[in-house]
Amino acid sequence: MSLRARVVTLSAAFLLVAGGIVFVVVQFLVGQTPPVENYTSLAKNGQVNVTLQTSPQTTITDHPDWVTYFIKSPQTGQWVHTTFFEVPANTRVNVTIEAYDGCTPLRNPYFGHVTGTIGDVEYVNGKPVSNLNSWSGCTVQHTFAIPGLGLNVPVASPTSVNANNNLCGTSPCTSGPHQVVTFSFMTPAKGGTFRWQCFVPCGGGYVDGNGGPMATLGYMMGQMQVVAS
Amino acid sequence: MAIEIQPERAEQPGGREPAGPAAARPWWMRPAFHTAIVGAVIGYLLGHLLGNFLSSAYQQNASSDSNDFPVVLGYVFMVIGWLAGLGVFNDLVRQMAGRPPREGEEQAASGLARYFRFTLDHKVVGVQYLIGMIVYFLTGGLFAMAIRTELLSPSYHVLDANAYLMVVGEHGTMMMMMMSSVVLGPFGNYLVPLMIGSKRVAFPRMEALSFWLTPMAYVILLSGVLFGGFPTGWTGYAPLSVQAGAGMDSYAVAFGLMGISVILAGFNLIVTIICYRAPGMRWSRLPMFVWSMMATAFLMVLAAPVLVGGLYMLITDRTVQTAFFVDQNGGSSYLYENLFWFFGHPEVYILALPGFGIVSEIIPVFCRKPLFGYKTAAAGMIGVSLLSFFVWQHHLFDSGMDPDMRPLFMLTTELISIPTGFIYLVAMGTFWRARMRLSVPMLFAIGMYLNFLIGGISGVFLSDVPADTTSHGSFFVMAHFHYTIMGGLIFAFMGGVYYWLPKMLGITMNERLGKIHFYTMFIFFNSTFLPLFALGQMGMPRRVFEYARNLETLNDWASVSSFLLGGSILIFLINFIYSTVIVRQRAAANPWEARGLEWQMASPPPPGNFERIPVVLSGPYEYGDPNALPVADLNPPLGVVSGALAETVGAGSGPGAGTGTEA
Amino acid sequence: MTAGSAPAPATAAGRSEPRHGLRILVAWVIASAICTPIVYYVWGPHLPPGTMSDSAAGQQWDNTVLATMATPVILGVWIYFGYALIFWRQKDGDTSDGPPIHGNTRIALTWISVTSAIVLSLAAFGTYELVVPAGAGAGEGPAPIWKPDGTTLQVQVIGQQWAWTFRYPQFGGMETAQLVIPVGQPVQFNVTSLDVIHDFWAYQLGVKADANPGVNNVAYTTAKRTGGFVVRCDELCGLWHGAMFTYGKVMSTSAFQAWAQQTRTSLAPVTKMLPAYALTYDPTSIAQISQAELKLGIGGAGGGYYPPQDPSQP
Repeated sequence: MSLRARVVTLSAAFLLVAGGIVFVVVQFLVGQTPPVENYTSLAKNGQVNVTLQTSPQTTITDHPDWVTYFIKSPQTGQWVHTTFFEVPANTRVNVTIEAYDGCTPLRNPYFGHVTGTIGDVEYVNGKPVSNLNSWSGCTVQHTFAIPGLGLNVPVASPTSVNANNNLCGTSPCTSGPHQVVTFSFMTPAKGGTFRWQCFVPCGGGYVDGNGGPMATLGYMMGQMQVVAS
Repeated sequence: MAIEIQPERAEQPGGREPAGPAAARPWWMRPAFHTAIVGAVIGYLLGHLLGNFLSSAYQQNASSDSNDFPVVLGYVFMVIGWLAGLGVFNDLVRQMAGRPPREGEEQAASGLARYFRFTLDHKVVGVQYLIGMIVYFLTGGLFAMAIRTELLSPSYHVLDANAYLMVVGEHGTMMMMMMSSVVLGPFGNYLVPLMIGSKRVAFPRMEALSFWLTPMAYVILLSGVLFGGFPTGWTGYAPLSVQAGAGMDSYAVAFGLMGISVILAGFNLIVTIICYRAPGMRWSRLPMFVWSMMATAFLMVLAAPVLVGGLYMLITDRTVQTAFFVDQNGGSSYLYENLFWFFGHPEVYILALPGFGIVSEIIPVFCRKPLFGYKTAAAGMIGVSLLSFFVWQHHLFDSGMDPDMRPLFMLTTELISIPTGFIYLVAMGTFWRARMRLSVPMLFAIGMYLNFLIGGISGVFLSDVPADTTSHGSFFVMAHFHYTIMGGLIFAFMGGVYYWLPKMLGITMNERLGKIHFYTMFIFFNSTFLPLFALGQMGMPRRVFEYARNLETLNDWASVSSFLLGGSILIFLINFIYSTVIVRQRAAANPWEARGLEWQMASPPPPGNFERIPVVLSGPYEYGDPNALPVADLNPPLGVVSGALAETVGAGSGPGAGTGTEA
Repeated sequence: MTAGSAPAPATAAGRSEPRHGLRILVAWVIASAICTPIVYYVWGPHLPPGTMSDSAAGQQWDNTVLATMATPVILGVWIYFGYALIFWRQKDGDTSDGPPIHGNTRIALTWISVTSAIVLSLAAFGTYELVVPAGAGAGEGPAPIWKPDGTTLQVQVIGQQWAWTFRYPQFGGMETAQLVIPVGQPVQFNVTSLDVIHDFWAYQLGVKADANPGVNNVAYTTAKRTGGFVVRCDELCGLWHGAMFTYGKVMSTSAFQAWAQQTRTSLAPVTKMLPAYALTYDPTSIAQISQAELKLGIGGAGGGYYPPQDPSQP
């Protein structure tokens, strides 16, 4: 090949390779993070209300049999399939979880103990609860835990066998047996990124339950970004 | 086991002068890369289909959430299809069908097309390996850049947790897996026959197959990215690897494939070195590079099967729910750890020994002196190779292994530093009163020694169990193995490329760019990895994306240095491409004035290497001795070879004339 | 580090060779004499991981000794290489070869003996330092052989993806997410895991023990000072491995007792929910599971391969 042909081929090959690298980076490395629901602008009187739901399946994604959380978008009021949200610092966060899933025994029953909330209780359908025994009763479906803040809240499940056999079938859930769990906690004064996860754990069909939805962002674990003002 | 100088028969495998009169088919009709891709695609689809069919009937598999059966079978059939498309099985099938083999095509090959084929010429395979290894190395390096980008900040995350783990695993596995053959593949396959005076390797098909498995391993490993990657890093510890999603299958299949490639390559080289040496090539005249290839090849053949077995068990644990490694089903997580490290430790010596071989080969040439302590050097290679099987539990000191065994493994690990030290004795002796020429290969050799010194000493820290309690699993270990593997092997590899490229491709690399490459690489390599020792000792574990705030400055220093290091490797790539594609300056036959047998012929060597099998007269390191014989007689008188065969002593094991026809 | 005793032969030009070996030896001795004490006395007391516990102090001592022995070795190689690069270069225009020295048995034997002596003494030293401070803080497996004297405080470290919890069997088997230990008393860490392999690394305490499922890995230490320490997971355990850390505290004995009693009381309802204290746990099959859950076909906790007829996945 002549020199010119070689240079042209080389340049073409270089562009191809560079394009491929950019594609891989954009698509697979930085492009897979779930969307972030932003609650910072809605803080009133030093408080912010965050609403989540747990759903027994995720019919809207390509993993229909994975359990998942949904977050209600503060702007549109629609359920968004993500577990990433942002709250302001030094604020009281009032969390409501509409819990549509059925019960599972916790792998470590210690996580049936409420810690880190205001009053060290959670409210299940309005009644205060500080411990849920997931082995002696069908009482816990998931947990909402932020280890970096010492927060752990076991999310209560419908308790009867009948209810557990008739859970909602499409996600996000709007009807079906469910519990409403509420709790509050204070965000720290300094900003930061805090991961949160379920400690049941909830990856059915994976060894020790920590695969699948537990190992994929946006399902059973996520991130709370605390934004300092 | 003799090389037979066959009468002219067209179906002789490679390395012969063009003789066949048959016209070759056009390049697109002959099995090559393009047909291989077609075969791979068809194979994947078939395997995936078969996997779906089988797994639907298998209840155990149906209750697991991730269906790994079709993925694994898809990969396996993809590899088979790839090989079939390359024409690997053609001769075999023809022979089984009783038909004569195709004649003449191999010999007519010249030009670029033969590098895309399954070829039996060891020199072509060597160049294929060289290009392949550079591609794999650069890919792994890009992943490393991503890791260091994420580690710039302990709290702001460029990559999310899953992407980071994916990148960590891909980087580590790409490097450890593919770099097992980074020297043996290109340089071992290309140079060993030249160095021992042979026209060919013992098993050319095995050698070519070992190469063609590597692009498949590369593609399969990268395809893990499509499945979300694998969360275990390159070590693949169970039960996390049993728990992981489909990306883990890419790891297991790719690594297993590379293990097979490594076994084949090693096996071929062992037999070649033992059986194909020219008359006069005694063991005491064997170049040190060939000794290192021998030691490495033995490690490959003996250790890699354990890996393949362990990964196979992992695959069955994941697909059909066997219980090798899952504790609650009766297995043991320790089983995987031990199987992996029984391979894993010889693996790191598979990486280190070729580096020793290259630098021991380079320094006599550029010191103009014999290699000091030839027997010591050879003993060092063999000692390292032997002892490397007895030290693997030092990776498991804190794992809860039997405490009685720890002093034993501490002892063996400390002992292995003795034969490693021989390499330094040999180097320092060779430097004594030398006439050093600081050309680019020599610079890389010196850089290798300096880097490996730090790597080796830090290894002594790690072998001490109490000190290991702080350092195990931390960035100290990372710095240690990057110094030994990258600072040792890769520097030696670069030196080898600059040294042997004139021979392999007949083209010199630009000296100025080479020196810039060396100095920038040496400075930025040390700048990147030296702080990591401190980071590890200060409490930063491996494979983490969050770390203590007070460690941010050191991490930033290391990250910026690593970007500059990437830049220096880019300089290498530019030099390589510029010299081989654009400038193409012809090289002399022996530009370094070396005595090695490989330098006594044209650059690049003709097909068949030697017109006649040479008779070796002296060792390759006889510099400075005015009475030394030339290294070999390349035109031995007729009858010398058959004469050598007539007596049973003296001429070393080697080829004979065979059928009575004159050489 | 060659023993520079080769005599100075005359070169072809008639000048005698300078005493290279002597020069190198002198340079090396001077450099070592300066650097080695600096490493030992100045740097040593500040080496990681510090002296907060006896195992950490032992590890710091090991690091000091190793660094002190490594210094002359590294200096030797550097000085030799530096000397070679300065004095043994080929002059411009000179194309001759060097002297044909193939080897020197005496030097090789000296080298082998010296390196072997260093290495074997380090192995002996390491063994001593491993045995004496009760296993040097490393996890010894379920049957430890190097134990401290006196009564030990038992702390079970439970690793799960992705948090640490701690149980105190001597205080009713209470489980907390805080790690608190008293100063001056030997502590026995029983490290186990509920799922995959983790590694309990208490940095300032110099304790590192892998947490394997179904295995009890025992490590010992005795804290010598009060203060805080970091606990990190040191074995890649999945997605949030990098975020699996917590902080522990060493308190005075009285403060520890007060904390333990108070926590025991306040966590009594939680302890009732927990399985009995054991050295390992397998929550995959729960003996006393509730009727409701049995009717739903659930027999164990936390994932695993559910049979296909299981109606509701958690």
